[in-house]
Amino acid sequence: MSAAVMTESVPLLTVEDLVLDFRTRSGMVHVLDGISLTLDRGEILGIVGESGSGKSVLAYAMMGLLDPAAQIPRGGIRFAGRDMLTESERSLAETRGREIAMIFQSPRTALNPIRRVGAQVQDVLLRHANVSKKEARKRAIAALARVRIPDPERRFDAYPFELSGGLCQRVMIAMAMACNPYLLIADEPTTGLDVTTQAVVMDLIREQVRSSNASVVLITHDLALAGEYCDRIAVMHAGHIVEIGGTEAMLSAPKHPYTARLIGATPGGHESIRDLASIPGSLPDLRRDLPPCRFIDRCERRLDCCATDALPSVNLGADHIVRCWNPL
Amino acid sequence: MIRFLRIAGKRLLGAVPSLIGVIIVTFLLSHALPGDPAVLFAGPAADAASVAQVRAHLGLDHSLPQQFLTYIWQLAHGDLGQSLTTGQPVMTDLVQRLPASLELTLVALIFAIGVAVPLGIWAATRPNSWIDHLCRGTVTVAAAFPTFFIALLLVYVFYFLIPLAPEPVGRLNDVYFDAPTTITGFYLIDSLLEGDWQTFGGALAQIILPAISLGLFALAPIARITRAAMLQTLASDHVRTARALGLSRHRILITYALRNAMLPVVNVLGMVFSFVLGSNVLIEDVYGWPGVGAYAVKAVISSDYAAVQGFILMMAVLYILLNLVVDLLSMMVDPRVRFEG
Repeated sequence: MSAAVMTESVPLLTVEDLVLDFRTRSGMVHVLDGISLTLDRGEILGIVGESGSGKSVLAYAMMGLLDPAAQIPRGGIRFAGRDMLTESERSLAETRGREIAMIFQSPRTALNPIRRVGAQVQDVLLRHANVSKKEARKRAIAALARVRIPDPERRFDAYPFELSGGLCQRVMIAMAMACNPYLLIADEPTTGLDVTTQAVVMDLIREQVRSSNASVVLITHDLALAGEYCDRIAVMHAGHIVEIGGTEAMLSAPKHPYTARLIGATPGGHESIRDLASIPGSLPDLRRDLPPCRFIDRCERRLDCCATDALPSVNLGADHIVRCWNPL
Repeated sequence: MIRFLRIAGKRLLGAVPSLIGVIIVTFLLSHALPGDPAVLFAGPAADAASVAQVRAHLGLDHSLPQQFLTYIWQLAHGDLGQSLTTGQPVMTDLVQRLPASLELTLVALIFAIGVAVPLGIWAATRPNSWIDHLCRGTVTVAAAFPTFFIALLLVYVFYFLIPLAPEPVGRLNDVYFDAPTTITGFYLIDSLLEGDWQTFGGALAQIILPAISLGLFALAPIARITRAAMLQTLASDHVRTARALGLSRHRILITYALRNAMLPVVNVLGMVFSFVLGSNVLIEDVYGWPGVGAYAVKAVISSDYAAVQGFILMMAVLYILLNLVVDLLSMMVDPRVRFEG
């Protein structure tokens, strides 16, 4: 364990002014721009935004799992004392699964369809935990038991297609948490599961990380879900983090017009469907030259300076930051 | 295991109707062959009376349905009839010659798999690199040349120009070697079972060139499907998971990608095997290989029905067995197939 992880003063994860482009046939796509955030130990951070806002790419960048077409002209990602952007692939592979792990949406395809689920948990332990095969099997069964899979010894030999989606996601969590990583990145972990299973899976994730003081980055398009489980929320729009802050403060008094719109578009359970607002317009084409504020075309509060001046970073105190010239 | 056997039994039973169909079709087809076998059999000097006598002897004077019933009756007793050209029972001919063809086909296939699968994996891990292009190029060229041309070229280069290979005189040069005692009928295996290394070496030297000529043709489909299947599994969600959990490159490539890619490869192997068995005919002539392909061609040319029927029937049975093997292999590779059955 490196020293940086032990000291509470240094954040577990720091993303600083990250700029990321994808080289494609139709030119450069400016996927992420000026992303900055920090994450402390034991904290659950939600990253919320609509599809295409760059949430998943940011997660893959944190894992050091970027496509070769990705280019990072500026910025850095530090995790547990490591520079995730310059680290060798070999040492990254040793870090992944042991110190930082990730779970995905559609758990059934995320697991190897023709390998027994227990063996897949065992593979992670054999790779990182430096144990014998027998010991790894024992610990894999214990990991399955920890995510409350009933009858784990028998389920060890099951194939993913024999398990429900919820059980598959539990297996994924068992795999990800098998070596007690410091950080779990959960990329839409409940998408495709039914509502009751969603709650079970999210409770399980929270319980797992709380017991080992690990942190979570929860990537979701569901603001309500993030509101329920996260300590802090970062709202992303078209490759920018437009607002980041404590969950309660942000949900009760959003500062960025986009956050306010998102909250207005989130069903609360009381209103009828007619009371739900939709957000007009769509994400800008990220291949073009973009104005400093990428929300400008969808914003009714825009000022003249929005189109010309670089985005400000307005600190409202208590680590609540909004990037807008005319916040609410 | 019991489930395994049950599915195998089911598949075998399912093959019975196709077998009956094959028997009927081959019977009709071989009687539609041009030429009169009675005339051929009686010889050029025969007069009408002796031709009629031969016709009666062969049962050719009966009506078609009657001949068919006789044929079925004989078939049920393992009698495929008498070959007109070799004068031996067709069954004996086939039993003698089939192992030669099978041995050649299997060695060719092992060569093709041994080259094509690693090539496909290598190309898939580096798509659009020079190795990928090289792989595609060689494989296309190998498949583009006709098999008999490659066979002749190899003999010309490796026997005539650079005398590396032995004389192309069949399975074993009987001037130097005695054929091993028949146990499996495969010279390579039988000689090993007898512990006769010299004969093994001789048989191996004889089979290399024909096996390569045959195998080159099988390279392209196997390499292409391996590459495509590997590319697909390497881009799949579960390989992404394996990478996100830091599994080693070797583990990801073999356990998480290759094993999953084997299913389409196994299916293609079944098809390639039957193609290769079919193109044996071309190779057997060039290398003097005493297989069933050359036998069948001769039988067709001389209107030797019994032999043609026997050959087609044997191929049909082989096909059915081959499909069974492919099914069982897929079951071994993919548990989902196991449970569907």
